[in-house]
Amino acid sequence: MENKGLNKVDLIFEKIDNREVLNKAFKMSREEIIQEVLESGLKGRGGAGFPTGLKWKYTAAEKSPDKYVVCNADEGEPGTFKDREILERVSNKVHGGMVIAGKAIGAKKGIVYLRGEYRYLLPKLMIELEAFHKMIREIGFDFSIEYRMGSGAYICGEESALFESIEGKRGEPRNKPPYPTVSGVFEKPTSINNVETLVTAMMIVNHGSKNFTQYGTKDSRGSKVFSISGDTPTPGIFELELGMTVLQFVNEFGDGDTKAVQVGGASGFCVPRKKFAETIIGFEGVPTGGSMKLFNSSRSMYNVLHNYLDFFAEESCGQCTPCRVGCQQLLKGVEKVKKGEAKSTYLTELMKLADTMKIAAKCGLGQSVGNAFKSIVGNFKEEIIY
Amino acid sequence: MYQVGNLVKELSDKHGRERESLMPILQGIVQKHNYLTDEAMVEVARELDISAAEVYGTASFYTFLDTQLKGKYVIRVCKTITCSMKGKGDIIHTLEDMLKIKVGETTADNQFSLVETNCIGWCHKAPAILINEMPYTELTPEKVTEIIKDYMQK
Repeated sequence: MENKGLNKVDLIFEKIDNREVLNKAFKMSREEIIQEVLESGLKGRGGAGFPTGLKWKYTAAEKSPDKYVVCNADEGEPGTFKDREILERVSNKVHGGMVIAGKAIGAKKGIVYLRGEYRYLLPKLMIELEAFHKMIREIGFDFSIEYRMGSGAYICGEESALFESIEGKRGEPRNKPPYPTVSGVFEKPTSINNVETLVTAMMIVNHGSKNFTQYGTKDSRGSKVFSISGDTPTPGIFELELGMTVLQFVNEFGDGDTKAVQVGGASGFCVPRKKFAETIIGFEGVPTGGSMKLFNSSRSMYNVLHNYLDFFAEESCGQCTPCRVGCQQLLKGVEKVKKGEAKSTYLTELMKLADTMKIAAKCGLGQSVGNAFKSIVGNFKEEIIY
Repeated sequence: MYQVGNLVKELSDKHGRERESLMPILQGIVQKHNYLTDEAMVEVARELDISAAEVYGTASFYTFLDTQLKGKYVIRVCKTITCSMKGKGDIIHTLEDMLKIKVGETTADNQFSLVETNCIGWCHKAPAILINEMPYTELTPEKVTEIIKDYMQK
């Protein structure tokens, strides 16, 4: 395991000449673009971490006249707010990343799926998009982008649920395979990428992959934007190199009394103080879409867990039983233990249920409920019981 | 209760009459009236030539596509962990006192509805609320009182 120190980076919000970068991309071949992104080792910045270059390569290989680039701007993971900021400050780079993805995979259409909570951004985005369309037509790209709005459903951040939603249906995840690269939105080959992933890819094309790989570690290349909140004197958005330990992170952003950090939101992992030094923030340790919540010793971890379980019980789409019933039972279960209506050994049963959900749930939501549950109960058992 | 009138037709002319037009049309109605009446959903079904059950089935999946009566201003208070740690409770109490309603209710004059919602992406500026589309952040009871007073005078 490599360990990098805490380094601030300026890539996502770096001032660049969009036209210049897109001119450069226009002159590159599809293969060159994909190769550059593959060599950069970029993994999806929404949290799931699928290699972006591979996604583009697979979608490019599909033979279909109709392909789509979908930008996932349904940022709903508790504790993340970076995509809103990126869209607010550098929407041209997001749209630019989509055009480059479009060129790489052979798509002429792009759709941004923006969460309903961010609708207030739309008027400004529409003005910026109009100017952007004019610019790419001048360069010579045959690509157009449209916006579709979500309406308040966390599950629509799951790629196949997002497609269903764009198609005007309930946001219920599909069975996989087929994967989006083969059959995505409107059952056409689709590359669906997170907002930050698209901007990062554009910057990789701009600076070259070598510039990117000098940051980060073998498993977690580059830098990423972190959304920092909770018990911290400096909440907000910070772009940091990947590969630092939680301890280094806490030394920089903690309030001197941090007892736990929830990495990756409600579907992520709780890291307790005793594991700060050994836990790396990245794919070799705790992966994250950038949500970092700090809790100090005044906070009850029972309340944190209860809040997350309540969130999942509400946001589960309800189509598969392990997740629909599992979320409700975990929530009721910890309440019972807390009230003394169930013995503390009941927590062991609930742990098994969380394991079952990981195996049996249909999509990433149900599969990841166990992450927070097991890491909070496992590390803070006494707070759950007493 | 509101009358849909020509709104469904206008929205369908704008967004099309395909199944994929359903969400933008429903969102358009909600933007104007804040919730969907049965009549509105039946009208949309007729316009798109799909069953009303399909329309209701889709609408009822999404938190923001309310099928229950909502006031002119829907106040959504974020209840997820950071906002809840940073004083969401005080904000709720202030709003309940001011509006004389509980969470989940609508004022008698149909001006305000008060609901709790999941993370709205303002954790670094908690506690946060949305009033219709507009976010208000880093709230205190004093601040939220001023904001609501402004809305009462609109």
